[in-house]
Amino acid sequence: MPLDQSFIGREYPPTPTYEVGREKIREFAEAIKDRSPLHRDPEAAKAAGYPDVIAPPTFAVLLSMKAHDAIVEDPQLGLDYSRVVHGQQEFTHHRPIQAGDRLRTVVHVDDIKARTGNDFLTVRAEITTVEGEPVCTAKSTLVARGTAEDPEGEDA
Amino acid sequence: MTLRMSEVSKGDLLPELSVPVTRADLVRYAGASGDFNPIHWNERFATEVGLPDVIAHGMLTMALAGRLVTEWTGDPGAIANYSVRFTRPVVVPDDGEGALVELSGKVAAKNDDGTVKVSITARSAGQGVLGGASAVVRLAQD
Repeated sequence: MPLDQSFIGREYPPTPTYEVGREKIREFAEAIKDRSPLHRDPEAAKAAGYPDVIAPPTFAVLLSMKAHDAIVEDPQLGLDYSRVVHGQQEFTHHRPIQAGDRLRTVVHVDDIKARTGNDFLTVRAEITTVEGEPVCTAKSTLVARGTAEDPEGEDA
Repeated sequence: MTLRMSEVSKGDLLPELSVPVTRADLVRYAGASGDFNPIHWNERFATEVGLPDVIAHGMLTMALAGRLVTEWTGDPGAIANYSVRFTRPVVVPDDGEGALVELSGKVAAKNDDGTVKVSITARSAGQGVLGGASAVVRLAQD
């Protein structure tokens, strides 16, 4: 079953607040073998002009993927997550994520396309502080393999 | 030390980076990121869904490629935009060595707004694993 294109433009309610911790940032930096002191040492981060340790640029995926759950688990949309692969990812940082941030995420369905038997779902996660300051815009393309109609002759 | 705009020219090559990725690294990234998809740690599951073996998280590859840029600028907070396509998976065998992700990059443009665009190449086992990977960084002005 192809995905319902009437979902394009849909916005889901904000996620619960995510509190960014110094140790979580350190753990993420260790996992990607990033040695920068700005992920570990608050004094080094302050010397570089930040109020506290900052997160690596792809840390925002923790928030965007969690927020995608609302779409992935929406029974009306009916996405088969076992067939989903990550096609593209883009982060636009309005400022770095930093320890002490209290963040929430609103996800939007920007586009749904069927091509050569696959569904392409473009999802945008707007990450802001609880006060509404923009922090990061994360755009993801999720590809559901083999879920779309494959009319003969198209994109052969 | 952080890089300044005056120190950068279009066409500059970034210092290359080679990062080994083992099964243990995938388990660690799964825990840190919260992405526990079994294709990243369970060979039986991975082959059942048609993959050659366990594969690295695309987001781990993206994070390693991001290090190429942040280690060059010295300031991980300088990345304004970072974008990749996942074109081919990084296959991580359980042979004690794992996979090697090889990263290189080049200054594609110096923009009037004080940003620099870097294009990134990521390869593993002799093949490109990211497509159209690029980052826009804000550098200190002189």
